[in-house]
Amino acid sequence: MKRRSLLKLAAATLAGSVALSGAALAADTVKIGAVAPKTGPLAGGAAVTQWPNIELWVKQVNERGGLKVDGTQKLIELVEYDDKTNPAEHIKAAQRLATQDEVDFIVAPYGTGFNIAAAPIYAKYGYPMIAVSAITDKISELTDRYPNLFFTLGSTTAFVEGVRDVLVEMRDAGTIGNKIAMVNVADAFGIELADVARPKFEEAGFEIVYDKSYPLGTPDLSPVMKGAKASGPDAFVAWSYPPDTFGLTEQAIIEDLDVKAFYTAVATSFPAYSGAFGSKINNVLGAGGTNPDDPATAAWRKAHEEITGKVPDYWASANTYAALQVLEQAIEGVGSTDREAVTQYIKDNSFDTVMGQITFDNQNSAKFWSVGQWQDGVFRGVKGSNVDGAADIRSKDGWN
Amino acid sequence: MDILVSGLLLAGTYALMAMGLNLQYGVARIMNLANGEMLVLGALAAFWLFVTYQVSPMLTLFIVAPVSFAGNWLIYRIFLRPLVRRSKSQGQLEVDSILATFGMSFALVGIMVSIHGEYFTYKYLSEPITLLGTTVALNRFVAFLVAVLIAGALYLWLNRTRPGVAVRAVAVDTEAAGLVGINVPRISAIAFAIGGAVTSVGGSLISTFITLDASIGVIFTMKALIIVIMGGVGDIRGAIVAAIILGLVETAVATLIDPGLTLAAAYLIFLAVLLFRPQGIFGRRAT
Repeated sequence: MKRRSLLKLAAATLAGSVALSGAALAADTVKIGAVAPKTGPLAGGAAVTQWPNIELWVKQVNERGGLKVDGTQKLIELVEYDDKTNPAEHIKAAQRLATQDEVDFIVAPYGTGFNIAAAPIYAKYGYPMIAVSAITDKISELTDRYPNLFFTLGSTTAFVEGVRDVLVEMRDAGTIGNKIAMVNVADAFGIELADVARPKFEEAGFEIVYDKSYPLGTPDLSPVMKGAKASGPDAFVAWSYPPDTFGLTEQAIIEDLDVKAFYTAVATSFPAYSGAFGSKINNVLGAGGTNPDDPATAAWRKAHEEITGKVPDYWASANTYAALQVLEQAIEGVGSTDREAVTQYIKDNSFDTVMGQITFDNQNSAKFWSVGQWQDGVFRGVKGSNVDGAADIRSKDGWN
Repeated sequence: MDILVSGLLLAGTYALMAMGLNLQYGVARIMNLANGEMLVLGALAAFWLFVTYQVSPMLTLFIVAPVSFAGNWLIYRIFLRPLVRRSKSQGQLEVDSILATFGMSFALVGIMVSIHGEYFTYKYLSEPITLLGTTVALNRFVAFLVAVLIAGALYLWLNRTRPGVAVRAVAVDTEAAGLVGINVPRISAIAFAIGGAVTSVGGSLISTFITLDASIGVIFTMKALIIVIMGGVGDIRGAIVAAIILGLVETAVATLIDPGLTLAAAYLIFLAVLLFRPQGIFGRRAT
């Protein structure tokens, strides 16, 4: 027994020294870590928005020779971990990236809860954390606490106000009346949005005629849609997650919910959404949006399709890529992998990205789309903050 | 009427989830935690064939059923049979099979993620029909009809045929069944394989109206477990009655009270059954 454990020890030391020499050899690369769901409830969303953009960015940077640091060009070496959509797993993986893999930078997590849960560990090791898929009203509180944390996709309030502004505009134009049916998924995301939306809608003079939540993973949403329809609304708003965004839309088609404004939240902007429903979802409103006519956006969408083989979504995909561009330009701007200097550089400078010029004010970039609309096969942004090219809002005219 | 029709359709969906596990747990004594993944595999097949080759999910059923039967047969023979052979008691087999199938569920998720990591989104028969004055989705109604068909076929097979009787005998007592000349390992393998096939077919059907992804299996495993335990292990009628109760109650609660309370209502009934009839609605008291 003793001899065997001794042997094991020897083998382990040997393996360790091999790994060490490997690390020494690898010093001519810049190591970037990425932790996000590949399995679990958020994996389907991360597979659309997060992972393909990381893949695209690494390939593009390496194709042009790598990142310019320390007076030379270094290729990016990517280290990926699956957080299994579990915050504890995420923190473990981030810790591993910092201490075992000793990566130079880490791509921010996918999902609001994950960004908040992992912020302390990223802060502890001083990694700049440019959060994208994170929407919260606690932005200033969090950026005060974590000097390395940046936000790029807006706050819960901005998100809700976008929807409110769209509805107000439609009401002023005489397209819709005052009655809103609102539902939300009974999960931190849906509950927070519904809580913010209730007073906002009422202040704007709307009457919420149906206001219900449903549990995540509800197999049959037909009672929800039947209830919403029976309340006779002019507009339908759902603070929904991907599976229920699809489910609610299908039920609206089945029940022939006749509203001039139909809004579902996450995943409405996914190409798969129009792939599944085709022309029936023309003029459906949803979270996000983009301006496909912008040349930078168009070029990035083309590259995304060519290199990853996937059509990007019409929302956070662009922001995700833009955040990676910010990181890239900051590293090259500093010219080293000094994380503290890179963090400071992000705070002090402006960045040219697929979303346009991005600057951070108190670690928050207010350049994002909040509401988009499917218009003849393209999900165009109709409301946003500091973005150009918003399309005119159209009214929904049946499900054909 | 709305509640009755929608509730029964939902019950059909639940029956599709649970009938297979009932056979696997009741007869082969395997607490299959990879049940949900088997269902999602069926869904993935339907999605993939529909999106790539425009094959109707109704045709896919006839591919999924035999493939899943064969696959589950092999899984039982290769991975689970050794566990059955070495286990000294029912309890030990349950622990072993839970661990083995739990591991298997991760492997299956990994395989499915590598095939298609995004949502399985497609629409098939997503059209409204009017049924007794209620608007329902055609795909749900079709799934319900197939569920009724499968349940009827299983019931007749179990009660009217010789192999069916053998299956029930194994469900009652493995040892006694062996003593009267029933080939217990063979019957167990058949029951496990049929269970898997039913679950996968259910997955293909469910995918026409619920958007699934590679990792969602565990949710279906949980629901199936609740239905199987509620209905009573090893009795196909139990799973069906439990599915109907759950479907009707959830729809009634969602329509009359609040959709947010459906889960709470489902667990409340589950709790009540466990308190007052721990062996399940159709279960036999352990002797």
